[in-house]
Amino acid sequence: MNFDFSDDQKVLRDQAKKFLSQHASPARVRKILETDTPYDAELWRGMAENGWQGTAVPEAYGGAGFGYLELCVIAEELGRSLAPTPFSSSVYLATEALLLAGSDAQKKTWLPKLAMGDAIGCFALAEGPSAPSPRSIKTTVKDGKVTGAKLPVADGDVADFAVVAASDSLCLVDLKGPGVARTTVKTVDPTRSHARIVFDGATAEPLGVGGQGWALTQRLLDRAAVLVAFEQVGGAQAALDMGREYAMGRFAFGRPIASFQAIKHKLVDMYVATELARSNAYYAAWALSTESPELPVAAAAARISATEAFWLAAKENIQTHGGMGFTWEFDCHLYYRRAKLLALSLGSARRWKHELIARVGKGKAA
Amino acid sequence: MDFTDTKEEAAFRADARAWLAKNAEPKRGAFETWDARYGEKEGLVNAKDYQRRKAEAGFAGITWPKEYGGRGGTPIESVIWSQEEGEYIAPRGYFEIGLGMIMPTLFAYATEEQKRRYPPKALRGDEIWCQLFSEPAAGSDLAGLRTRAVKDGTDWVINGQKIWTSGAHRADWGVVVTRSDPNAQKHKGLTYFFLDMKSPGIEVRRIKQISGASNFNEVYFTDVRIPDSQRLGGVGGGWGVAITTLMNERLTSGEMRGPDWDELYGIAKNTELEDGPALSDAGVRERLADWYVKRQGLRWTRFRVMTALSRGETPGPENSIGKLVAAAQAQDMAAFAMDLMDMGGAVSDPEIAPMRAAFQDSVLSTPGSRIAAGTDEILKNIIAERVLGLPADVRVDKDQAFKDLPTGKR
Repeated sequence: MNFDFSDDQKVLRDQAKKFLSQHASPARVRKILETDTPYDAELWRGMAENGWQGTAVPEAYGGAGFGYLELCVIAEELGRSLAPTPFSSSVYLATEALLLAGSDAQKKTWLPKLAMGDAIGCFALAEGPSAPSPRSIKTTVKDGKVTGAKLPVADGDVADFAVVAASDSLCLVDLKGPGVARTTVKTVDPTRSHARIVFDGATAEPLGVGGQGWALTQRLLDRAAVLVAFEQVGGAQAALDMGREYAMGRFAFGRPIASFQAIKHKLVDMYVATELARSNAYYAAWALSTESPELPVAAAAARISATEAFWLAAKENIQTHGGMGFTWEFDCHLYYRRAKLLALSLGSARRWKHELIARVGKGKAA
Repeated sequence: MDFTDTKEEAAFRADARAWLAKNAEPKRGAFETWDARYGEKEGLVNAKDYQRRKAEAGFAGITWPKEYGGRGGTPIESVIWSQEEGEYIAPRGYFEIGLGMIMPTLFAYATEEQKRRYPPKALRGDEIWCQLFSEPAAGSDLAGLRTRAVKDGTDWVINGQKIWTSGAHRADWGVVVTRSDPNAQKHKGLTYFFLDMKSPGIEVRRIKQISGASNFNEVYFTDVRIPDSQRLGGVGGGWGVAITTLMNERLTSGEMRGPDWDELYGIAKNTELEDGPALSDAGVRERLADWYVKRQGLRWTRFRVMTALSRGETPGPENSIGKLVAAAQAQDMAAFAMDLMDMGGAVSDPEIAPMRAAFQDSVLSTPGSRIAAGTDEILKNIIAERVLGLPADVRVDKDQAFKDLPTGKR
């Protein structure tokens, strides 16, 4: 039994933690929150110098050629620090889409740049306030031209290209070419940048086999869900640590509020949810790193567990802080915003729960 | 990251499987218990027989030192054994308290002669032990116990009442925490003994639980004499000894028995609601998913603990969440399974109800699971203080003599 990260992976995690504590401090996160700057470009460059964007990209395409376990430990630290960069869009989604379905030429064009942080990719799926599905997606590709409107697209305003989900296929679109109109949109978490993208006959290169778009989207979302689950676990742990720290130092009725059972039990609930999420994320990491047939079930379970843990930890962290918890000045809202954003970014927990039960059922029938 | 055994672990697992295949009874149904198969009398005889064979083969007391009859093995071997034995119907609830909690206390506090006398017999199932801790007025607040011990020559004379004593009705020996000095502060006036359960003046009364089962007892002490040589720890030092016993409880409290998620899924799949199969209902699917991820989360958490054991490390606090999550979830799942059966869910006759009324039984047994071996609330306090390092609650009973503490009417 060896259900843990290796010593090398733990060293990588510690290095990531140290780097991010210096270069993605709450003050740096707030700069992105409070200005129109879409992301922290200096941090992005620093991450690229560490080789993080290319962690799971094969060496043949300019990456570090590590595995997904290495990417998971980095993701946990990105979640803890709330690093305001397009990492999840570019690495977990765009890079993964190319690795999953890209032609050799497409991989050669984009992967080295993505791995070096020289290009940013994004994934354009949602089309407004409803759950995307093969029936609901209106974006179409005809004769190599894509038409449709995507909203919101994480990092769509800063990306060089997008992986676009059309009604029955995925395609690659150069976002700097003609037929693309991008506008930045406001979201609940301004530390991460989002756009509305309108495609009006922009040139679209097919990605993967036509007619397989939705199946490919699911596979892509499963892989990203594992990595985002680590970000969520990192965020949940940070919110728990913050609530704990505050409760220890805040005195009321002549004693630290951390000595009241109402607060203690609340913090324990946060701890329990975070540990369950961490364990589910570990299992999903194993499934991802070994390309196990368990991945679809494990990814859905990790996604649900981590989404609920981060939400619980973030909202109860505010509650533990009392009045100061809902001020702009305190950092509680940074976790609260990120928790809700990540809960939606790959699809709601409601949708993943339905998927999970369908997938468990398939496993039982097999 | 992988789930495979090391070479040594695989060899041990193979030995365990081979022995079990020859010596243990296969399960006939998922929830069949030893007692249900054999009845109480025959169950005890068969349990002792099984335990003796298990001990002779070296699979009882896996982590115990060899000089006291143990195997001298590793904690991970103990976990592997539990996994493999769990595939069979094995006697549970007869020996765990003695072997898992009380003998480790003897190892820490008994004389060398006592350690050579008692643990080997407990290991072979020749002698069964019970733990006489809780009292009517001392449950979560165990140090509030009132059973009196008064020194008389080289003996102590015990008077009082214990309750929730698992297996006292079949126990040969017991350990008891008593109040030897009511004038001392409550934690400082306690003394810990072991005693012969056949001693004159002991009366054991079974307690009938809401499930209909009787796993626990009340034990009354009237002028029961215990030789001072059977005292463990110092006079007034009983609290520390009791903590040793309870720390081992956290290591022995296992998984919940009874219907789990897969059985609930089975009910959902086979039950028709007004609009079709329950499994197709959105609300049902969401609840199933919530419980699935918690059940899996606990499973992988146990694997993380096993990994630490496998490396020879002390596991972190992760496992402390196990019973807290599992007991409450089992209760909610049982109630929900009955809801799916709608009006028919009320039927608890095993000849008629689905899965031989496993969920109806569970709804009546799970309230006890949330209380026994640490209530939900006490477990949360323990996690808060020992894992998260939060301060202990303000105590109003710290600086007074026990006899001066206020008492309620219940």
